Formats: sequence, structure tokens, C-alpha cells
Amino acid sequence: MLRYIYADSLDQYPRLAATMFRDRARQFAERLGWQVEVNEKGEERDEYDALNPLYVIWERPDGSHGGSMRFLPTVERCMINEHFRHLTGGVRIESPLIWECTRFCLAPDSDARVSAALMLGGLELGLGFHLAHSIGVFDARMLRVYRRLGWEPTVIGQSGEGRAALCAGLWEFDPTLRPRLLARAGVSAAQSRRWFARAFTAAPKARPVPA
Amino acid sequence: MRRRLEALIERLAEVETVEALTELIHALRDNLDVEHVVYHSVNSTGQQYGILTYSDAWVERYLEQDYARIDPVVQGCFRRFHPVDWKSLDWSGKPQRTLLGEAIEAGVGRQGLSVPIRGPNGQFALFSVSDNRSDAEWARHTAARVRELILVAHYVNQKALELERGTDMVPVRSLSPREIDALTLLAMGYSRAQAAESLAISEHTLRVYIESARFKLGASNTTHAVARALTQGLLVV
Repeated sequence: MLRYIYADSLDQYPRLAATMFRDRARQFAERLGWQVEVNEKGEERDEYDALNPLYVIWERPDGSHGGSMRFLPTVERCMINEHFRHLTGGVRIESPLIWECTRFCLAPDSDARVSAALMLGGLELGLGFHLAHSIGVFDARMLRVYRRLGWEPTVIGQSGEGRAALCAGLWEFDPTLRPRLLARAGVSAAQSRRWFARAFTAAPKARPVPA
Repeated sequence: MRRRLEALIERLAEVETVEALTELIHALRDNLDVEHVVYHSVNSTGQQYGILTYSDAWVERYLEQDYARIDPVVQGCFRRFHPVDWKSLDWSGKPQRTLLGEAIEAGVGRQGLSVPIRGPNGQFALFSVSDNRSDAEWARHTAARVRELILVAHYVNQKALELERGTDMVPVRSLSPREIDALTLLAMGYSRAQAAESLAISEHTLRVYIESARFKLGASNTTHAVARALTQGLLVV
């Protein structure tokens, strides 16, 4: 199932959080060889995890991490503006209608449906909160993956050439993308709505109006 | 309606006193066609600052009861960055029901939407609108305006920080050379397509540069952004 969790609520899901940070270490430190810090518990965490980002996480039936990504508003401290300005023509991308998405991560044995579910979660966030775009940094070979999943970003800048080029891309939040992502993720529209509502609604009985 | 909101944003950019900002918040209430508009800011040392259209009696009551401690709006928005409809919050506790009853009595309204803002150095602000419409009408009314509300919330916060601290204390949101290039070409009458071609970037990329520059300039639209940049001497045309 899809979960939308702010960092300060991750302690309510200890298994999910621990496996997410361990899968991140596996993907970014071990498999991709990025220069990221891994702590003594084998978890990859960085300074942006300390800024109370919003995570979109695929939770497996056993409560462990299947895949995840991390959102921060571009009007605050974020990676695109602090580390990747060379990909945006030196422009500090800043708008309350643009959130950055980083640390797109899959558990080692997750399949394409989990990727599609995560993309779906990102779309639900953008549409649910009336955003315009999400911005992210990825290597060029991911473009094919995003295209296959049904939601391709527009590349606005890159460094390097070929498959290993580093790209900055924009995902536009467009409601017509939903059916395609739902189908690829194998999730019904009603289910997706329920997951979103559960995360951002305190309780069904909660109403400001005494009925 | 939209044109008038843009005009208000243009006025907001020129505001230089707290009185003028207060007046503008009242004008926003009329323009957004809601019962109330509330801007509330707390900095890292706990200093509070508010500009709002509530009655004085309600503000006094709220402060005297220290309702911020139990207010689901404050609790539900703190450290968050997504817009929050008050309906999505938990009002089921006894103190919350009491607060809600009193708020409705005081004319706050039974509906609300808040935009949380996590500002510099641990500053936190809430920009809220409240109203008395039915659930369905409120959903329609806000859905059409959330984007504008989010932008206005951030502009009001920037302005409030500027007034509160004096302009010298606000981190300058300087434009990068590429943003200045983009605005300069538009100021010279280039179309977006021509400007993008001249800068050897895609129109998508140009759009993001302009959106970014617009936000930094506190501008209502592209034309206003160009005008603001010109008056601030950022462009040499």
C-alpha cells in the first residue's frame, strides 16, 4: 500500500522506516556507488532527511519497505538548489508550486509495479495539493524507465553525455496521467484515493461542522 | 476576479508599512470572497505576529485561553508544507469541540483552509481563510483558488518578514544571470519561443526560469515580474 509520511511521523512505522533507510544504503551506496553516508546501522540518511521531508513509500504486506521517494518544497533548503545548480543554468528554482523529488529508491526485489505505484503517489500529491511541477535529478538511463512507466519528465538541463549523463527534469502534474499510472501499478482509483485520504485526514469522524 | 487578485498582489509588492499590509489583508478577504483571512507567524524564539480580520474579542479570547496549544489547525500544520483543509483535522476531542463551538459563535466560520509556511531560521507561519459555505460549495470555492492562495500566502509572509525585520535583515532573493537574461528578452518584446531560442534552452526550461523569477520578485504574473525587475534596476534593456 502507498503511505505518505512526514519524517517526524516515521517513528510510528519503525520497520518501514528502518528498511527504507537500509534499502537506500543498498541502492545509492552499494549499487550506484554514490558518495553518501551510511551509518553504523547500515542506513543511508542525509541532512535533508532532517528537514522533515514528506516521503511517499510503498509498504509491503509484512510492513517492510518496497520503494520510496522524498519530497521537499523548493522554497526551502533542498538538493536541487544546493547541489545541482549546474544543471539548471545556475538558476535557483524556487516556487511554492514546485516540489523537489529525490532518493527514488526500490527494494532489491521490487518490480515495475512498485515503481509505477510510487509515480502514482507522486502524482496524487501534486494533484491533491494543486502543485504545478515536481523537479528531480536522475541519470539519463532512467528516462527510458520513466517513459515505460507512463510519466516522462521534461529534461531542463544535463551534464555529461550519453546514458550516464546527469539530468534535471520536470514532471508536470496532469490529471490525464492517472489512468495510465493506476493501470501500471495495478491499483484502482478508489484505492489510491483512500490511501491519500487516510494519510492526510485525521479521522473519518473529524468534521469542523457539528452535523 | 482574477485580474483584481493580480492587482492586489501588485499592491502587496509595494507595501511598506504594517498598516498598509493590514489594509491589504482586508482587501484580500473581499477579493477571495471569504469571511476571514488570517496571517499568523511564530519565530524560533516564540515571538508571535499576526495580521487578521477576526474580531478583537475573538483574538483576545483565543490568546487568553492559549487555544494555539490545542487548536487542530496549529497542531495539524506545524512542520508541514502542504495546504490543509480544516475538515481533514481531528476535532473530536472535548477541548477541540469547545474551541470549534466558540469559533463558530465568534463568526470565524465552519470551514477553513490553511497554508503552512516554514520560513528562514525556524520561522513558522500560517495563512488561513475561513468561511461559512456548505461542504460542497467550500470545496468548489477553494479548488479554484488554492494555487493563488498558496502564492499569496508566501508573498504575505515575505512581506511580513521584510516589515518586521527591516529590509536589511531579509535574505536577498537575487536573480541568477539566466533569469535576468530571460526577463530582459521578454522586456525587449521577444516572444517566449524567441527568448528560449535566443538563450538556447527549451520553452519548458524558460517557463521554469520565469516562474522562479516571478516568485522571487513577488510578482503576480510575467508582465508584473518584468516590471518589478525593471524598476529594481535588475534589467538593462
